[in-house]
Amino acid sequence: MLKKQIPLAITFITGVIIVITFFIPHPPFGRLQQDALTWYSVIFGFTMLLGVDSLVRFHYRKLRRREKGWWFSIIFYGGFLLSFITGVVSEVRFGDAFNINSSFMYFYNTILIPLQSTMFALLAFFIASASYRAFRARNIDATFLLVTAVIVMLGRVPVGYMLWHKLPNLTSWILNVLQLGPMRGIMIGIALGTVAMSLRLILGIERTYLS
Amino acid sequence: MIEALGIWVAAGLTLAIMSFLYGDNPIYKFAEHLYVGYSAGYWLIYTWHFTIKLMVIQPIAEKQPGAIFLVIPLFFGVLMLTRWFPRIAWISRWSIAFTVGIGAGLTLTGAIHGYIIPQVKATILPLWTGNGFSSFNNLVIVIGVLTTLIYFFFSRPHTGVLGKTSKVGILFIMIAFGASFGYTVMARISLLIGRLDFLWSSILKLVHFF
Repeated sequence: MLKKQIPLAITFITGVIIVITFFIPHPPFGRLQQDALTWYSVIFGFTMLLGVDSLVRFHYRKLRRREKGWWFSIIFYGGFLLSFITGVVSEVRFGDAFNINSSFMYFYNTILIPLQSTMFALLAFFIASASYRAFRARNIDATFLLVTAVIVMLGRVPVGYMLWHKLPNLTSWILNVLQLGPMRGIMIGIALGTVAMSLRLILGIERTYLS
Repeated sequence: MIEALGIWVAAGLTLAIMSFLYGDNPIYKFAEHLYVGYSAGYWLIYTWHFTIKLMVIQPIAEKQPGAIFLVIPLFFGVLMLTRWFPRIAWISRWSIAFTVGIGAGLTLTGAIHGYIIPQVKATILPLWTGNGFSSFNNLVIVIGVLTTLIYFFFSRPHTGVLGKTSKVGILFIMIAFGASFGYTVMARISLLIGRLDFLWSSILKLVHFF
């Protein structure tokens, strides 16, 4: 009862209330959808605490057992403590850790930004190797994919214009017309699937989240 | 001096991540663990500042209208922490159920109101506009949407007219994927150029500093 029925009832009641409020745009219902988003973020904040705790415990175990590559866990703790301590100090000193002059933001710009953007930039090389596999024109479908990708890539750089001055226009046409139809179809399909899944969750047909 | 040190660190970390191109190595692992550790601390501070402080503490302290209802997410948030205690960890299901309910309710209305209706409305286009090219474009868009939707209709076997239409659909989908792929490749390449430009300008700045 407490472990299965109450959670199902909570999901049903919450879901139905949120749906009903959409159709009653008057106080006190009108604001509820907006408030629900805030509530969602607050609960997400607590789950963040759980996630970080799990990560910290994982590295603690690794350190204690001296598992392979344990000393990298020291680096993890170094990074974690650096951001956490500078964040707390900046919060106390400036009243806002995200103040542009805070030490927290200094380390954010010095450590996190370069690491994050280089991680994403690195994907360029892996995408290049993926292109090699994807772009082999083995059948008519793959040929369509290859030709479109090559036109779009060339059409977005100056060399494409130098090759054929109308290539950028062709790229724009592909992105704005040819791609629009299928992308719209995919989006409608995803939205219909989302609606079906939401209904299954609210009505208690889908219960995997409770396992 | 502190600025120069920052540039050194940022450039060093950029190279450390790029060293992965040579293969998995200790320098990359160092940068990777630093990234994960720093991100964990960053998101804790971010959550404290933007969620707990600005969304909960401030409205309650300023006695904003409706602030009393913030007790609801706080209650379910605290219940989520019962996962730390295995004997009562099942209570956290109530919080999960609450967030799933909110998510399902918002998605249900949001998907219909924000996606399905506007996308269908935008697809109902005039097939003759008086201009040949724009009429052709509209026709291509309408055929693209319909054939793509038919391709994803799995309730009947794709044979006969349905099979031929779904074949046209897959060609449209391949074109869309190709365009998205090309677009993504160029976006990643531009990020890479940005990092290389940073490295180059860092060297110039340091040369100027010394």
